[in-house]
Amino acid sequence: MEKLMADLKRQIIEQLNLKDLKPEDIGDDQPLFVEGLGLDSIDALELIVLLQQEYKIKLASAEEGQSVFRSVRTMAQYITEHQPKTV
Amino acid sequence: MQHITTYSTISGNAASKDGTVLFEEQSLSPQEFLLSLYKYLQVDYPKYYKMDNLCKLGFLATEILLQNRNVAEEYGKAGAGVVLSNANASLDADIAYFETVKNIPSPAQFVYTLPNIVIGEISIRHGLKGENAFFVSEDFDAAWLEFYVNDLFKRKTIDCCIAGWVDFLGGSYKAVLYLVENRSTERSLPWKTEHINKIYELANGKVNG
Repeated sequence: MEKLMADLKRQIIEQLNLKDLKPEDIGDDQPLFVEGLGLDSIDALELIVLLQQEYKIKLASAEEGQSVFRSVRTMAQYITEHQPKTV
Repeated sequence: MQHITTYSTISGNAASKDGTVLFEEQSLSPQEFLLSLYKYLQVDYPKYYKMDNLCKLGFLATEILLQNRNVAEEYGKAGAGVVLSNANASLDADIAYFETVKNIPSPAQFVYTLPNIVIGEISIRHGLKGENAFFVSEDFDAAWLEFYVNDLFKRKTIDCCIAGWVDFLGGSYKAVLYLVENRSTERSLPWKTEHINKIYELANGKVNG
């Protein structure tokens, strides 16, 4: 889980073009939206693309995104539970 | 009669207010300099990290301009306007976005591919809902800026205006912002082309050579 969260922080910075941030600037439980990292609905699209590209996961519904994208930890938990098993 | 009651400049890796250098760091790239300035100003605004270079520049120049001021409270949210201009529109963000198109187009970068987005970011930060406009011209046009801002005041659509030049492309950038108000102070200057130009020229370094 720790490695996955570290990977996610790096990928979020890259995907959202947050060049001035370092992975260590993002807390595991820091809210990603509004008062936390300041992300908005456009960025939610980017996170959906990130899940599809990097982890082959498609969200079942837009509503699901609100809980999945709450923090890096909730994203990592969702990925762990939903990532397709490789043979 | 409108007056320039305060002004800010960011260029040549130096940031100034009313002609006094607040922060300077020559050894950094423009992007690194802006990040250092953000930290120096102790601004806590996570959305800053998402912005493109043009928005970061305009955002920081406004932070300096409006230090110890709350124009939305002083003039009402609709009473403060923003009129900006530059030479390169949003070309810096356009190029960055174009790079992503080769793979998967980035919505987060696409939203910055208009120059007036910087006005939006400034307005959100300072709660401004007044008249606004963004003009693109090859060179800084002080006479046009004087005329346009004066016209807004004459029509009584605004009582205060953040006006000026915010330009960023690659390694070149320059921001010069004026706070224009319907009052004079001991140190204010009339909102006239000659004073607008004089302050613009004070900013060291030149965009477009």
